[in-house]
Amino acid sequence: MHRRGVGAGAIARRKLTEAKYKERGTVLAEDQLAQMSKQLETFRTHLQAFASKHKQEIRRSPEFRLQFQHMCAAIGVDPLASGKGFWAEVLGVGDFYYELGVQIIEVCLALRHRNGGLITLEELQQQVLKGRGKFAQDVSADDLLRAIRKLKVLGSGFGTIPVGGTVLVRSVPAELSMDHSVVLQLAEKKGFVTVSEIRESLGWETERAKQEHLLKEGMAWLDAQAPAEPQFWLPALFSELHGQEGTAGP
Amino acid sequence: MDRFSWTTGLLELGETLVIQQRGVRLSDGEEKVKFDSGVLLLSTHRLIWRDQKNHECCIAVPLSQIVFIEEQAAGIGKSAKIVVHLHPASSNKEPGPFQSSKYSYVKLSFKEHGQIEFYRRLSEEITQRRWESMPTGQAMQVNKDSQAGRIRAVGIVGIERKLEEKRKETDKNISEAFEDLSKLMEKAKEMVELSKSIANKIKEKQGDITEDETIRFKSYLLSMGIANPVTRETYGSGTQYHMQLAKQLAGILQTPLEPPAGRDYEVPGLFLSPVLCSLTQEQGGIMSLTEVYCLVNRARGLELLSPEDLVNACKMLESLKLPLRLRIFDSGVMVIELQSHNEEEMVAAALETVSEKGSLTADEFAKLVGMSVLLAKERLLLAEKMGHLCRDDSVEGLRFYPNLFLTQS
Repeated sequence: MHRRGVGAGAIARRKLTEAKYKERGTVLAEDQLAQMSKQLETFRTHLQAFASKHKQEIRRSPEFRLQFQHMCAAIGVDPLASGKGFWAEVLGVGDFYYELGVQIIEVCLALRHRNGGLITLEELQQQVLKGRGKFAQDVSADDLLRAIRKLKVLGSGFGTIPVGGTVLVRSVPAELSMDHSVVLQLAEKKGFVTVSEIRESLGWETERAKQEHLLKEGMAWLDAQAPAEPQFWLPALFSELHGQEGTAGP
Repeated sequence: MDRFSWTTGLLELGETLVIQQRGVRLSDGEEKVKFDSGVLLLSTHRLIWRDQKNHECCIAVPLSQIVFIEEQAAGIGKSAKIVVHLHPASSNKEPGPFQSSKYSYVKLSFKEHGQIEFYRRLSEEITQRRWESMPTGQAMQVNKDSQAGRIRAVGIVGIERKLEEKRKETDKNISEAFEDLSKLMEKAKEMVELSKSIANKIKEKQGDITEDETIRFKSYLLSMGIANPVTRETYGSGTQYHMQLAKQLAGILQTPLEPPAGRDYEVPGLFLSPVLCSLTQEQGGIMSLTEVYCLVNRARGLELLSPEDLVNACKMLESLKLPLRLRIFDSGVMVIELQSHNEEEMVAAALETVSEKGSLTADEFAKLVGMSVLLAKERLLLAEKMGHLCRDDSVEGLRFYPNLFLTQS
C-alpha cells in the first residue's frame, strides 16, 4: 500500500510547498511596500499643494504651528524626527525648529557661567528673540519646548523642570533630583530661599535644607551677609524678579 | 450658561473650523456676564468663545446641545443677536464657568457685525450634524493671530470698512488654512495605518522579509516621521540617508578636529567657511555632539539636520570605518572624536597641567587648555576614574588634585 505523507518524496514535496508559500509571503510584502511607495508619492503631492498655499503660515504663526504639532502627535507622526522627512523637506517645519535648537544652545552656553546652566523659559525666549533680530518671526514657549525636547537626544543634558508658574530649562548634565526641583519652586517668588524657609515649608532637617548641590553646580549663590540668615539666590530666577517689578503698579 | 465648559480651545482631530467672528458678547439669557468681548468660533462639533484680551479664558458648548437658534435684529444702540436655546446640561459635562443658570438659552451679541453669515453657518452645522459622523480625539488649539488690542478707527467709515475687509480676509485665510490642515492630516493618518499593517505582516513572517525590503520600509517610515514599529532599535537608524550623512560628517569635521599640522585638505562636498577652519586650533581632536550640531547646521544654513539625524549618523561612523567615532561618557555626554584621538593619552597631559597648577576646577582647566567646560569636566572625571586625580567636592565647587595617594605611597 502506498502511504501518503511519508517518505522522501513527501518530504521533498512538502518542502517545495513551503518554499512556494514563503515566496508568496515575500511577494505579499513586496506588494504592500509597492503600495506604500505609491501612496507616499501621492501624499507628497498633497503635502506640496498644502505647502504652496500655507507654508508661510507655518513660519509666521505660532498658533498654526501648535495646531500642526498637535495633529501630528494625535496620529502618531513626528514631523521633527528627521530633516529628511517629508514634513521638513516640503513644509520646511524642520528648519524652523532645528535652527531654533542652535539658537537655544548658543544662548544657554553664553549664560552658563552666570546661572550654572539653569534658565527660565521666559528669559530664554527673550534672549533668543533678541538674537533673532528685529524682523524675525515670533517664537512661542511651545516652539522652544519642542526644540528643547529634540535637543535632549544629543546627550549634553538638555531638559526642562516645571517650577510653579514657570519652566526652567537645564542645559548641563548636572543631576537635579526631586528635592532640588522643590527648592527651586520655593525660591521662585523672591528669587532666593533660606534654610529656615525650607525647613518650615518642607519640613526637612537642616542638612537636607542646605543647598550644597545647587551651590556646587553654580545654580545657586550664597549671600552669607544677609541680615537674618544666609540666603540662597538663584540667578536663573533674576530676570523673573525684574519682570515683576516692571509690571507692578496701579 | 451652565451648559458651557472650560476648554483649551484646541480643535480635535476630525473637528474642523467653519467660521469665526470677533467682537462677540456672550450673555446668560437676559443677564450680562463677564464674557464681554471675545472671538466666537464655530466648528463642526462645537461653539467656542475665547476672550479677546485673555486668551486663556475659553469656553465651549457642543453643538449637539443646541435645540434651536433664532435671530434678533439690531436696534438703536443694540447689536444684532443670535439666541441659542440649549438642552439641559448632561451630568458628565466638563466643568465650566457656571454651575447653574435660570436660563436655558444664551445670547450672542455681534458688536462688530458678522451675525448674518454666522447665523447661516450655524444653521447649516446644526442641520448637517457633522459631529455625528466625525469621531474626535484630543483637543487642538485655534488661537488666532492676536488681533486683540487693535483700535477701531473712529469716524472714518471707508478706512474702517477696509480694515474690516482685511480682517475678514485674514480670518478666511486662517480658516482655510486650518481646514486644509485637517484634510492633510486625515491623509497622513492613512499612511500611518498602512505602515502599521505592513509592520504587522513583517512581524508575522519573522525574518522572511529581505534586508532590502527592510531598508526600503525604514526609509518610508523616515519620510513620514513614523517610529519604527517592528524593530526596537532607535527610529530611523540604518537608513541610506544616515550612512551618507555619516560620510559627510567625517568630511566636514575632520578638518576642525585635527590639530594644526600644516596639511592641505580637500574636503569633499561641503564648503567650509572661515569660521569652521578657525576651529581647527581650538578643538584638539574632540567635540561634543551639541557643538557638532551647531557647527554643521550653521554651515548648512538650509535643510538642516535634526538632532536625531545627527545621532543616528554618528552611530554608524565606526561601522563605516570612517576616521571619526562616537563616544559616550558615563555621564551620558556624547562626543565625536578622531579615531587617532586617544582620550586616555590626553588624560596624561591633563594630569601634568593639574600638577603644575596644584589643583584645578573644570572651569579653570577649560580656560587654560582652550576647550569647552563640558569636555574639560569629562576629561578630569576620566582622569579621576583612571586614578590619576582626586576630587575635592565642596560648596565652592568641584576641584581636582593629583592623586598623591597613588604616587606617594
